[in-house]
Amino acid sequence: MFELLLEIFSEEIPARMQVRAGQDLVKAMDAGLKAAGLSPKDSHALTGPRRLTYVTQVELRSPDVSEERKGPRVGSPERALEGFMRGAGITDISQAETRSDKKGEYYVAVLQSEGRDTSDILTALIPEVMTGFSWPKSMKSGDSDFRWVRPLRGLTVLLDGQSLDGITVGGITSDAMVHGHRQMGPGPFPVTTLADYRAALETDGHVMIYRSARRARVLEQAKAACAEAGLELVEDEGLLDEVTGLVEWPVALLGDMDPTFLELPDEVIRLTLKSHQKTFTVRDADGNLAPNFVIMANLETPDNGATIKAGNAKVISARLSDARFFQQQDRQKNLIDYYDQLDEVVFHKKLGSVRDKADRVAALAREIAPHVGADPDLAEQAAKLAKCDLVTQTVIEATSLQGQVGRWMYEAEGGNPDIAVAIEDHYKPQGPSDAVPTNPVAIAVALADKIDTLVGFWAIGEKPTGSKDPFALRRAALGVVRLILSRNLASNLNFFAMLSFYHLNAQFPDDDRMASFVHKLGGVGDLWKIVGHAKADNSFDAFSALGDGFSKTIVDTLLSFLLDRLRVYLRDQGQRHDVIDAVIAQGGDDLLAISQRVEALGAFLSNADGENLVQGYKRAANILRAERKKGKLDLASFDTLSGFTADPAAALAKALANTRPSIDAALNSGDYPAALSSLADLREPIDAFFEDVVVNSDDPDERARRLALLSAVVETFHQIADFSRLDG
Amino acid sequence: MTKTVAKPASFQDFILALQIYWSQQGCAILQPFDTEVGAGTLHPATVLRSLGPKPWNVAYVQPSRRPADGRYGENPNRLQHYYQFQVIMKPNPVNLQELYLGSLDAIGIDRTMHDIRFVEDDWENPTVGAWGLGWEVWCDGMEVSQYTYFQQVGGLDVDLVSGELTYGLERLAMYVFGVDNVYDLPFNAPGTPHSLTYGDVFHQNEVEQSTYNFEYANTDNVLKRFEFAEEECKALLALDTPLPLPAYEHALKASHNFNILDARGVVSPTQRQEYIKRVRDLAKGCAQSWVEGEKARAEGASA
Repeated sequence: MFELLLEIFSEEIPARMQVRAGQDLVKAMDAGLKAAGLSPKDSHALTGPRRLTYVTQVELRSPDVSEERKGPRVGSPERALEGFMRGAGITDISQAETRSDKKGEYYVAVLQSEGRDTSDILTALIPEVMTGFSWPKSMKSGDSDFRWVRPLRGLTVLLDGQSLDGITVGGITSDAMVHGHRQMGPGPFPVTTLADYRAALETDGHVMIYRSARRARVLEQAKAACAEAGLELVEDEGLLDEVTGLVEWPVALLGDMDPTFLELPDEVIRLTLKSHQKTFTVRDADGNLAPNFVIMANLETPDNGATIKAGNAKVISARLSDARFFQQQDRQKNLIDYYDQLDEVVFHKKLGSVRDKADRVAALAREIAPHVGADPDLAEQAAKLAKCDLVTQTVIEATSLQGQVGRWMYEAEGGNPDIAVAIEDHYKPQGPSDAVPTNPVAIAVALADKIDTLVGFWAIGEKPTGSKDPFALRRAALGVVRLILSRNLASNLNFFAMLSFYHLNAQFPDDDRMASFVHKLGGVGDLWKIVGHAKADNSFDAFSALGDGFSKTIVDTLLSFLLDRLRVYLRDQGQRHDVIDAVIAQGGDDLLAISQRVEALGAFLSNADGENLVQGYKRAANILRAERKKGKLDLASFDTLSGFTADPAAALAKALANTRPSIDAALNSGDYPAALSSLADLREPIDAFFEDVVVNSDDPDERARRLALLSAVVETFHQIADFSRLDG
Repeated sequence: MTKTVAKPASFQDFILALQIYWSQQGCAILQPFDTEVGAGTLHPATVLRSLGPKPWNVAYVQPSRRPADGRYGENPNRLQHYYQFQVIMKPNPVNLQELYLGSLDAIGIDRTMHDIRFVEDDWENPTVGAWGLGWEVWCDGMEVSQYTYFQQVGGLDVDLVSGELTYGLERLAMYVFGVDNVYDLPFNAPGTPHSLTYGDVFHQNEVEQSTYNFEYANTDNVLKRFEFAEEECKALLALDTPLPLPAYEHALKASHNFNILDARGVVSPTQRQEYIKRVRDLAKGCAQSWVEGEKARAEGASA
């Protein structure tokens, strides 16, 4: 095996893309070499700010290959022989060999393909791999149509100690010269082997080509720079990875800032240093932020970095001054004083201003509060305060601080601590891995905010379609699901959704779109009466009195959207899709109950008893389905639970009679596992029934009674879940 | 390539040094455009000329207005009116990065002492439907230039890729002169009779314009101006023989009025998208009309 090295040299590659590009390059080159009959070994990539390098061990020539192609029988018509010869690339049938089998003789063409030099393979492969390379974003440069992540500047291909010159891609031709650090060792340096390459770049070239070594150097230097001053680095893996992709020759420098900036919230300082300056935060021996930062420079200078430190300090100081200026401006008023200003910010033109939204959320949070153990007054107040920071300068400048800024301001005013938490946490959870709020006030506001968003966009017909979800409604729905499940909230989502819709309509009584929408629902006057009644009670029960017209249009489609998120969520938790479907098919809008049922049913089915029971159910259901196909079954006229003589049918009827009340009772009290375990009592009688009883009795009356019995069995199963949706 | 020259002595020398340097690299040195723009890119010499098949190398200074960045003359780093130096090379030469670094030498930035970095920043200007890939160029952690390879302008794929360099002149000059407050920058050479600082020239303007932008801009009127400009732009593009150049000026005016509304804090994120889309539609229309005109003229010339 011989050493192969391919360096693709370009202008600066975005830090976040380098590692993936290295993996993709290895994959594509390995695949190409293998397809050409070679067997690359120990392939790996070196990645950095300006280069992507592939290194492997490979043969110098692909092996000769002999392939046999079976042809027609000897004596076949001329046309068949011609086709065979054309396909095999031979000109006369005498060039084929003949073989024989039981049926007689047939032709075989033996195709010899000669191996190719690896250098020739590479000459074709490299342009193909690079032209087909997929970057998250790529560009053209100058007048060329070749696309790369940034302009391509050099290409070096070394095979077995020799440079393969003259391979051209995107206007760049390969040669033996590589380029080092732009300032400290530009070169170019002639290289023919990996050892040369490494030696040239890592010494005179001042480029650390191995990413892991560079990363270790960054960390070690950053820590050392802090330790020297008796400080400690605040480690940050993400930032460390990014910085490793920004420097070829890491040089850590500890910089200072004006200590008065430390009066800013830590998060503001950290965010400023990290996201704007790619600079590490530093803490003192007590664990408090220190007025310092670690810069990772890419240059050694005659003044040991003094100029670089001073420059960075100046920029950081300017950024933090801005942050402080904004904070001072913001704090000239109390948080609630920004409430009216929210009216100038449009949430969505059909759904009013952010203040309109906050009003609705406040009303809804008040109503949700008792169901999640929160104080309604606090929830209402928190909802009003929650959006106020959106118009502060600090948040306008750094949107990712929304919620946090409101909380800081409110805490500084000495506000209620639950409200303070709710202001920050009401945006959560933002995604599948974001923490779910635990404070009841925060939960009330978080639910109300998300439900209002969902109901609002549903009402104006802005539902997500396909991959398009501009208002992040899937995320909002997943947020609702996670809030309810992780906080064990028994919920009646339809009720909440309807209250939310009520508040929306109350805000836009004269709005044409709303009016026409409401009109479609029909019987609006009655609707409001019922809603008003439900609101007064704040009870779930009143809701059930609502007519179908309303629920069918908005609540049902929204509920099924939420149930879709629930499906995804439960599957991510490892639940079986058929179990989820079987439970959801039973209806209901209590996500917690659905989730608990899925869990219980999943556990139940994972043991042999459960599986047998399902087999029994399926058998019963299949017989009924087959009978229904034959003709109309009129089962209702039979008293299914009596009239059997002493046989397994009678035993099953008796078991059913005993089991049904206990299942009803368990379901009524919400004890799903108990319902399942009662159901399990039917396993033996069902098995015995199928063992000994032939349903299709000659006596039509007996046959009908037995079918009715099976029907009762199936119905009983369906009380618990739609077992017909289970696989297997 | 030019040898490193002595550090410029004033803000105006600094600008002259860039002009001389880029003139030596073959750029035509143009003058500023006279309609308010938020960035040097919006000068028709960039937005319109980066389209079409003709090579185009130019450099120019452009005053840029960002109403939301006003600080009443109190912030030493932020201005609502400042200058950008803009270079467009179409198609971008292979060694544009080296040419750029040479320009830093020309304005007295010693690259053995300063950490120059190219940090990913994919530039996009949605209001003119333009985007490209490139970097922010950092000098010791400070963004000193925006460096972009244009891929699309006015919603159209470019025929030739332009390399665009934008220098924030005040910020860069402050850095080179070691001045902490923009208003202390020497505008002309400090020893000259009646020498001026940047503050002498612009401080009062910052105070008054900030006050206007944040407090007195009548949002109803500004909205009307936005709508007027939009209407005019559309009308000019709808002519039998469209007039994309004056239409484009109106698109810019619409954009500037939108920026004032934004500074007044009366535009929400959702609304913002909508305004941006309206301006983008105008700019796209202008770009398309301009390209069609260029093609027609090219055919006319060859016929």
